[in-house]
Amino acid sequence: MTAVLSLSRISKRFGALTANDAISLDLAKGEILGLLGENGAGKTTLMNILFGHYVADEGEIRVDGKVLPPGEPKAALAAGIGMVHQHFTLADNLTVLDNIVLGTESLWRLRSDHAAARRRIVQLGEDFGLKVHPDAVVSSLSVGERQRVEILKALYRDARILILDEPTAVLTPQEAAGLFDTLKRFVAKGLSIIFISHKLGEIIDACHRVAILRGGKLVAERPIDGVSRGELAELMVGRSVPQPKATARQPGATVLALKAVSARRGQLALRDVALQLRAGEIVGIAGVSGNGQSLLADVVGGVAVPDAGQVRVGAEVLADISPRQMIARGIARIPEDRHAEGLIGDMSITENVVSEGYRGRFSRRGLIDWGNARTFAETVIRDYEVKCPGPEARVRLLSGGNMQKLILGRVMAEDPVVVLANQPTRGLDVGAVAYVHEQLLKARARGAGILLISEDLDELLALSDQMAVMYQGQLSPLMARDQVTIQQLGLMMAGQGFIHVESIDAA
Amino acid sequence: MEALEILFTASLWAAAIRIASPLIFGTLGELICERAGVLNLGIEGIMTAGAFSGWLAVFLGGDLWLGVAVAALVGAVLGLLHGFLVVPLGLSQHVTGIGITLLATALSYYAYRLAFPEVTSPPKIEPFQPFPVPVLSDIPVLGPALFQQTPLTYLAFIMVGLVSWFLYRTPAGLAVRTVGENPAAAEAQGMNVTTVRLLAVMAGSALMGIGGSFITLSAFNSFFFEMTNGRGWICIALVVFGAWRPGKALLGAILFGLFDAYQLRLQQLAGAVVPYQLFLMLPFVMSIIALIVMSRRVAYPRALMVPYRKGER
Repeated sequence: MTAVLSLSRISKRFGALTANDAISLDLAKGEILGLLGENGAGKTTLMNILFGHYVADEGEIRVDGKVLPPGEPKAALAAGIGMVHQHFTLADNLTVLDNIVLGTESLWRLRSDHAAARRRIVQLGEDFGLKVHPDAVVSSLSVGERQRVEILKALYRDARILILDEPTAVLTPQEAAGLFDTLKRFVAKGLSIIFISHKLGEIIDACHRVAILRGGKLVAERPIDGVSRGELAELMVGRSVPQPKATARQPGATVLALKAVSARRGQLALRDVALQLRAGEIVGIAGVSGNGQSLLADVVGGVAVPDAGQVRVGAEVLADISPRQMIARGIARIPEDRHAEGLIGDMSITENVVSEGYRGRFSRRGLIDWGNARTFAETVIRDYEVKCPGPEARVRLLSGGNMQKLILGRVMAEDPVVVLANQPTRGLDVGAVAYVHEQLLKARARGAGILLISEDLDELLALSDQMAVMYQGQLSPLMARDQVTIQQLGLMMAGQGFIHVESIDAA
Repeated sequence: MEALEILFTASLWAAAIRIASPLIFGTLGELICERAGVLNLGIEGIMTAGAFSGWLAVFLGGDLWLGVAVAALVGAVLGLLHGFLVVPLGLSQHVTGIGITLLATALSYYAYRLAFPEVTSPPKIEPFQPFPVPVLSDIPVLGPALFQQTPLTYLAFIMVGLVSWFLYRTPAGLAVRTVGENPAAAEAQGMNVTTVRLLAVMAGSALMGIGGSFITLSAFNSFFFEMTNGRGWICIALVVFGAWRPGKALLGAILFGLFDAYQLRLQQLAGAVVPYQLFLMLPFVMSIIALIVMSRRVAYPRALMVPYRKGER
């Protein structure tokens, strides 16, 4: 086998952080190489260097034996490297055709040849099983279709090396399986693929060979045949991580109930959502990103006010809904986005931990009781093992895991009735994930009701007592965890079993 | 009754088109900048600088068309300054734009005072004369309104078609639209976002400069202070009104011209009864109402006013 692409001793540092440390890697023709690693292991950095978004501090890249000039996406494209980014790089208000054709014609031409481009896109779509209408506007496409456009962009430029960065993050399990079939077709036609993921199952299903990154270093390369999940997990994390296990518990009284709740925000809508959460249980909400989970979380957190329906906390039907009401009633909120909603980066730890209670227990005659606040901050730092220089440290300087611990400490210390955990482990490393899971199970043992919203099915299946699926703003009935399979959930995430309500606009 | 009859006179429509002409240039210029993701509030100053420099070139003995070219060049240079500050340096587009307006306006006035320290009445030039288009200008009403204008007005109309063609039919236009929608997408396709944006701002500002020169080389024959009189700001509103599309922006400019021409005539008719300030206000009030009605569901360029830095998400 010949290497179509070879990276040799690539290093990249961001300040004190070494994101890539002398990584050498070969990609053979017709091969699907898995690049496995935790968030922050350096996978995306490495691929951004390969594609010319970043310039490596050391090392070189060769395509077919020729050195690739660093820092030039144009050169990477010309060498036949195509990248499908994790966050799609599509212009939403333009058509599929515009997005694909962009940059492929000389800027000085007086006319672009749309007819020829359209023919070529349709042809490629047929050849590779990537059907999408060339004149559709991107904003009208589903996530799966947008991904097809991203791939078509690369194929249109005759890419021979395709890099897919976490391509399944936005897909249902069935769509992912479909993508893997497409990839197999690609390599049969002589393309080579680098498949980046942190999900072990996918790597084993899709790849021929796997390279494992940890802490910026390449720690191992293995052929997929004969490798086990356990071995990969240990290589990826560097140690074995015990999985916290939920033990059976008898749930108590209802702590939170939604009845026929509808809400709207821009394009998002919740339709007729019913949900019941009892003390001492974890209810998991599954769904492909963007199906209304964040709006549901905002309703429960008091940030969004429903247009219709009833929200009941404990025995009380809430008449007016606001974040302060919800906090006062013991709803602890772990927001989806730590940086945007959870914490204020430029303020100190002390200021951040009192931000939900500065009118209550931390206030004295209308002024903030800083002594009391600092004591609380110190308690949180100690009890929740937040690694930091001290309570005066600016939150921005903490790692993602420590930020999440701080948020957990802030809300859990108040002994909440309901814990609203929206994607509590996104972007955390395996150790921090285990810590968050442990804390959620502890809260459950104390008798809190926990609403866990996640896009990670493994997480949901490991923790939930009951589960429901969200699809286009509708919520399925609750199902006991031991009665559902991944296949079933996957089908529901794609909308099967939901009554299709025509969009409210059409009515 | 008389107020309605005015609407059907050729002279009203001819005036409307004349008033619209500098707005068409300015609006097209602003539209190109904004389509590339750059708000250019320097427009008011750039138009003033175009008005002054174009006029000065002609006054110093240049040909009228040389004046137009000088105005375009001055516009492009000011555009380059604005572009440099907001694209590679990523400064606030609002603040920089207003700064450019203050700078360009003050420089024009200063240069004028330097060149003519002691004049009391503004020096005059021989401006563009109306050029009746053969045959077409003989059509009743429409002919005098549309086809007995100065060459710069015809150029404005031609530019609408050219800019449309450029944006929607050429690869370069697609590049401009994409850097204004999602610069990361453009970069991923191998485009240089900074270059495309800089060139777009320069081209747009050149058009603004030409728009300014219309005022001194076609509408009047001399330069005086406060001459641009808020036309630049109107262009900013017209871009929104036109939903960032050249054709609709043209309609908006003509509509504004019509209101302005109409209020002038209403003033003569009813000026004794109603304070003339009310009529002066009319076109602006109508613009605000039209904006509210027209621009509620508009797809604006997504990356407008968002600086792009390579490698950031």
